[in-house]
Amino acid sequence: MDNRLFFPLLIVMVLVTYLLRMLPFVLFRRKIENARVKRFFEYLPYAILSAMTIPSILFATSNMVSATLGLIAALILAYKGKNLLVVACAASLTVLTSDMIFAFLI
Amino acid sequence: MANKKDSFLDGIKAGIPISLGYFSVSFSFGIIAILSGLSIWQAAILSMTNLTSAGQVAGVGIMAASGSLIEMAISQFVINIRYSLMAISLSQKIDKKFPFLLRFFLSAGITDEIFGVAMGTKNSVGPRFLAGLIALPFIGWTSGTILGAIGGSFLPEYITNALAIGIFGMFIAIVIPEVKKSPPIAIVCAISVVLSCIFKFAPIFQNISSGFAYIISAVLATLFGVFAFKDANSTESSKEETHG
Repeated sequence: MDNRLFFPLLIVMVLVTYLLRMLPFVLFRRKIENARVKRFFEYLPYAILSAMTIPSILFATSNMVSATLGLIAALILAYKGKNLLVVACAASLTVLTSDMIFAFLI
Repeated sequence: MANKKDSFLDGIKAGIPISLGYFSVSFSFGIIAILSGLSIWQAAILSMTNLTSAGQVAGVGIMAASGSLIEMAISQFVINIRYSLMAISLSQKIDKKFPFLLRFFLSAGITDEIFGVAMGTKNSVGPRFLAGLIALPFIGWTSGTILGAIGGSFLPEYITNALAIGIFGMFIAIVIPEVKKSPPIAIVCAISVVLSCIFKFAPIFQNISSGFAYIISAVLATLFGVFAFKDANSTESSKEETHG
């Protein structure tokens, strides 16, 4: 990627992300009291991750069928309470296996 | 335990499991970065300076689409605002003697998992422990990104395909336990997914970039959740964030 495109975007990205972490850590002393504001920040991370995962995960590989199988494997294992590493590896292995099976069949 | 000394080594030990997870997940980030058109060293700089999964995935998406600086700023703000809450919580738990200047430096290492482990310790958090806790995950995140980016340039497509899905697996592993625990979060996430699909597939939204689509979907779904579930008690919000 051209550095003239990359660096301005990177600098904005780093500044925003760093200030979000640094300012409250350096300045804040009190906890948020307002229940609605609290719940907004409590729900928001999960809503973002959900929106980022579906439907994007279906297009993360070149084959939508194997991606769907990977999604299902990840959902089942996450529901069973497996940790991050196990779920991530299982999704990858499922995609790998199903792609190889498809390549063999077609 | 209560009066345990602030120890760098204790921090290192506590960071080992996080660093292993980060290594494998950042491997798939490295591949995504290469597929988005970044070079290996661009991917490495990005991971070293940001240390955040969801923000970086959205960020390289915006870079790949030659998005605007404003879009980048808004998307990073919304995706990473949770760190501000974690930073507030963590600021209540650190040593009274925590040096002011070190706060500027160590705050850069606040992530979901590091926050979770730091809040889970019995003692107050000292600068040595926090520095140790951040060290290995930082190394794991950076080295995984570099190896993923290198691998992404020469590994066969069926391997990179399989590895690229790994980071989404991690997102799922973060969300699903909360969805099981909390009906409001389950409904908010379901709405967010539906909106995200509408943005992706509805013809009238085709010129809205993916970065904005995520933000709008998540904020609308969250606002709905905040006003629809008036009486849901949000006890121990700091613990709610200690996923991972």
